[in-house]
Amino acid sequence: MSVKVSLKVNGKPATAEVEERTLLVTFIRETLRLTGTHVGCDTAQCGACTVSMNGKAVKSCSMLAMQAEGADITTIEGVAKADGTLHPMQAAFKEHHGLQCGFCTPGMVMNAIDFANSHANPSEQEIREALEGNLCRCTGYHNIVKAIGAGAKAMAAAAAG
Amino acid sequence: MHAFKYHRPASIDAAAALAKGEAKLLAGGQSLVQAMKLRLASPSDIIDLGAIKSLAGIKSDGKTVTIGAMTRHAEVNHSADVKKAIPALAAMAGMIGDRQVRAMGTCGGSIANNDPAADYPAAVLALNATITTNKGRHEADKFFKGMFDTALQPGEIVTSVSFQVPKRAAYMKFKNPASRFAIVGVFVADFGGMVRVAVTGAGPGVFRQPEMEKALAAKFAPESVANIKVKQDGLNTDLHASAEYRAHLVTVMAKRAVEAALK
Ligand SMILES: Cc1cc2nc3c(=O)[nH]c(=O)nc-3n(C[C@H](O)[C@H](O)[C@H](O)COP(=O)(O)OP(=O)(O)OC[C@H]3O[C@@H](n4cnc5c(N)ncnc54)[C@H](O)[C@@H]3O)c2cc1C
Ligand code: FES
Ligand code: FES
Repeated sequence: MSVKVSLKVNGKPATAEVEERTLLVTFIRETLRLTGTHVGCDTAQCGACTVSMNGKAVKSCSMLAMQAEGADITTIEGVAKADGTLHPMQAAFKEHHGLQCGFCTPGMVMNAIDFANSHANPSEQEIREALEGNLCRCTGYHNIVKAIGAGAKAMAAAAAG
Repeated sequence: MHAFKYHRPASIDAAAALAKGEAKLLAGGQSLVQAMKLRLASPSDIIDLGAIKSLAGIKSDGKTVTIGAMTRHAEVNHSADVKKAIPALAAMAGMIGDRQVRAMGTCGGSIANNDPAADYPAAVLALNATITTNKGRHEADKFFKGMFDTALQPGEIVTSVSFQVPKRAAYMKFKNPASRFAIVGVFVADFGGMVRVAVTGAGPGVFRQPEMEKALAAKFAPESVANIKVKQDGLNTDLHASAEYRAHLVTVMAKRAVEAALK
């Protein structure tokens, strides 16, 4: 059996016939071949699968593709500019060494962008709380926290023009 | 995950007509989708409530705050109306899981699920809430039936939950640092002369603490509960905490909740 799912991914319409039990992350990685969204735990713990749904960070391993029917999804592939200029949050992760192996990074960046949209100048405490749903096995978080603080400021500055 | 048929009804009536046999309602999916992956749940049909607009939203009239079943934890946490009427309820919603979970998880899903360590059941019980469904109403005191069990009949759909506005209230949670669920959480609500104390995480289901309620009704102050020893009989022992430790935490969290309510 299958159902038709229609949504927007990185600004482009995406429609496909999928099995009902298809997870959003499976649709993104296997149907759309956008493999920047990672699966770390598959149990809602690690946040590596975080994408933006209608502007809010969600764990794409913990929902059916059909729960995103009609939604606007952004994945890590959709945040840089078309000419390759990194998003301010991506640039901040690079600048502040916010990654080592990079496996957790797409989820970290997607969650951080949503968080920074409502926190232009977050405190260290606020950033650490915002990272409760994202695990990193490499960095010890310190540079991720620094990167998000800098990225949030850069996003606010870019928005102010 | 086992295969199932997927439905996306646009109204409560259409959803109710589908909610038969081995079908299951789907709200945020934050508990159910994981349970299905583990094959702890294998419904024949999934009835996604996500397209039913009337199930989401918050109303506040000074006496009660009514939260639609599909209202996400993040919306309750950020709602100016909830923050004004019952700040402790907004704060409780902000303590659930992590920000991604709060963007999806719903009020209706949390209370229908009735996880013994969940936060919403403590708020429902302490704030003497009324649970409205497509079939009628349930009082908080008769709704929670122990581990993962409620007064809901098969196929009954929670539509909203109305919380009574207290004079003051606070929720204190001792979190499991890995899962963020409550090892012990205590919600204290003072209605002026009548106090309700609800405890989650400690036992097989959420429960009230009458001894503390009586002491706080006489005098709403931290010292009223500080020396109340909670019995460990019937409390949970697991790899995270012993029953003895949980019993101790109930008193500590209750005292902190009273302190916070007085601030
Ligand atoms: C990583 C993680 C951490 C979490 N931490 C916490 C925490 O700290 N505290 C806490 O309280 N919770 C926590 N949760 C659980 C979270 O709050 C869930 O969102 C919630 O328990 C279920 O809500 P849902 O909307 O996702 O429901 P679903 O998972 O969609 O459904 C749950 C159950 O409720 C039933 N149901 C759903 N809606 C209705 C309705 N309207 N009427 C009748 N039945 C219905 C479903 O059939 C299902 O059986 C956590 C979850 C995760 C993944
Ligand atoms: S893969 Fe989704 S939370 Fe870990
Ligand atoms: S950089 Fe390796 S998991 Fe975070």
